[in-house]
Amino acid sequence: MAEAILELAGITKNYGAETHVVTHVLHGIDLTIRPGELTALVGPSGSGKSTLLNLMGLLDRPTSGQVLIQGRDTTTLNERGLTRLRGSSIGFIFQFHHLLPEFTALENVMLPAYAERGRPTAEMRERAFVLLQHVGLEERAHYKSLDLSGGQQQRVAIARALMKNPPLILADEPTGNLDTASASQVFDLLRTFQREQGSVLLVVTHDSRLAERCDRVVTLTDGRIAADERRAAG
Amino acid sequence: MPFEWFVSLRFLKEGRMQTLLILVGVGVGVGVMVFVSALINGLQASLIQQTLSIQAHVVVRQAEERAKVLAEPDAHTIARVEKANQRMASIDRWEEAEAQVGRLPGVVAVAPTVAGSAFVHRGNVSASVALRGVDAERYERVIPVGSRLVAGRFRMTGSETVLGAQLASDLGVGLGDKLRVETTRGRTDVLTVTGVFDLGNKDVNQRWVFIPIRGAQTLLDLPNRISTLEVVVRDVFTADRVAAQAAAMTGLEADSWMKLNRQLLVALKSQSSSSVMIQFFVVLAVALGIASVLVVSVIQKSKEIGILRATGTSVRQVMGIFFIEGGLVGIVGSAIGIALGSLLAYLFSRMAVNPDGSPTFPIDLNLMLFARSVLVATGVGLAAAVFPARRAAKLDPAVAIHNG
Repeated sequence: MAEAILELAGITKNYGAETHVVTHVLHGIDLTIRPGELTALVGPSGSGKSTLLNLMGLLDRPTSGQVLIQGRDTTTLNERGLTRLRGSSIGFIFQFHHLLPEFTALENVMLPAYAERGRPTAEMRERAFVLLQHVGLEERAHYKSLDLSGGQQQRVAIARALMKNPPLILADEPTGNLDTASASQVFDLLRTFQREQGSVLLVVTHDSRLAERCDRVVTLTDGRIAADERRAAG
Repeated sequence: MPFEWFVSLRFLKEGRMQTLLILVGVGVGVGVMVFVSALINGLQASLIQQTLSIQAHVVVRQAEERAKVLAEPDAHTIARVEKANQRMASIDRWEEAEAQVGRLPGVVAVAPTVAGSAFVHRGNVSASVALRGVDAERYERVIPVGSRLVAGRFRMTGSETVLGAQLASDLGVGLGDKLRVETTRGRTDVLTVTGVFDLGNKDVNQRWVFIPIRGAQTLLDLPNRISTLEVVVRDVFTADRVAAQAAAMTGLEADSWMKLNRQLLVALKSQSSSSVMIQFFVVLAVALGIASVLVVSVIQKSKEIGILRATGTSVRQVMGIFFIEGGLVGIVGSAIGIALGSLLAYLFSRMAVNPDGSPTFPIDLNLMLFARSVLVATGVGLAAAVFPARRAAKLDPAVAIHNG
């Protein structure tokens, strides 16, 4: 079997260790995600989905347990190492698109590569433009992000997540604040990219119709994996 | 363009109102600094120049001789010590001392002077004056009388004299007129007026009478002797040192203008320190202004900083963005401030003018002052960015994204 892109081993996460009220959010999560999978992470509010996503995205550190990205243990990395790995291996898509309002669509897409290289290059610009073409926004490339509709902004965010061709894409409610038509369009885009690039895509969602279209659905309840089912690709 | 520059320039450009406000704030602060410095420096330079226009930088004279008391005073006698002969307060063999002083480093010119008091008479009008026997050509280098003439020329031979404008009008004399001079010891001479000067000081204009050095020696009964050596040095603030060297070298007494004008110097010093105080508080206010605007912008942008961090921007890059913002605000603000301060200084010097059109408050604007302002403002901008940058660096990206 192909090497796991993402592997979680015995992950726990507590909050409030410094106060007397300690909240246990995650209780020993084991999860392995292999290349080419489109996984949905579902569960009720407060089940720990966002916390788990932050840990997978290296935005936070677990209380105990290991997060392995492409077989590499991240627990021993320092802040700089985490930033570098995050920049090179992980693409984020957030619920509220989170574009930088000061920048144009094209600049937003370029930013991850720009930050990594320190200087802009022609290829960078080229790739950002191609990605915008893929999400159907080449005509809006030079619009400030606030001048775009919600669905358009989310498509820019997808292009940004794909900019560095990361093996792992994490999406937190990517269609959460979009109308049904836009949501479906955005999901199709994600699906297409994931197939084309062979990356791993993990989507946190409330939307059961969306979850049904994924290869694998992991259900989280009270900080534990309650169900993990694979289904025929939809 | 490097990534950090790209992002910080864009943040500054898009935060229009904030950027404008802080630039105006820094500009006004630096403007005040430039204006106050220019004014105080100009004022001080002008005060010193005015003081030194009627005074040598260093004056070398014979040390006062104490009369010796031969008999120890006892219960039956009282010793009353009279001042020594005036002759004793003059310099003998002055050519040697003059050569020694002239060789000291930093000395530009030395002029021997014979001084004493006398009366001048013209018809029924008399006046008490200060006779100054000088060699016009050499004295000109100490006090430029020749360039401050109202009439005639600063050249004297035989029984010619150059006197002050006020005295000339008091006596009612003009060029070519004659007047009689009488010393306190009863010697007299008749002098012909060849020049009238105005040194800008009423007392000097009323009292000073220049005559050739030899004439003065005769009138004052000081054959081959002089009263003082008047010295000019290159840097006026080294006068103290030169005076000490001259005294050590010649065994005579030497006073610098700084010693003779203690009060002026104290005034100048306290002026300087008040100017430093003003500038210190202005710098502090500018620093707090920059820091608060940057802190607010870190708080406002915490979500965006979180996004940047999540998309691979390092902590160092995030800090760099805020340092660049602080530094840029300092540089651009100080440029605005220099323009503002210079304009203010210029307008001020145009507004407050003497009757003759020259500015009452001379303004000293120079490159050093500008360079210092830019340096201070940029340094303050960078220092003010330390706290906001650290705050930005400490932001937890996960928290910033979800709560920002």
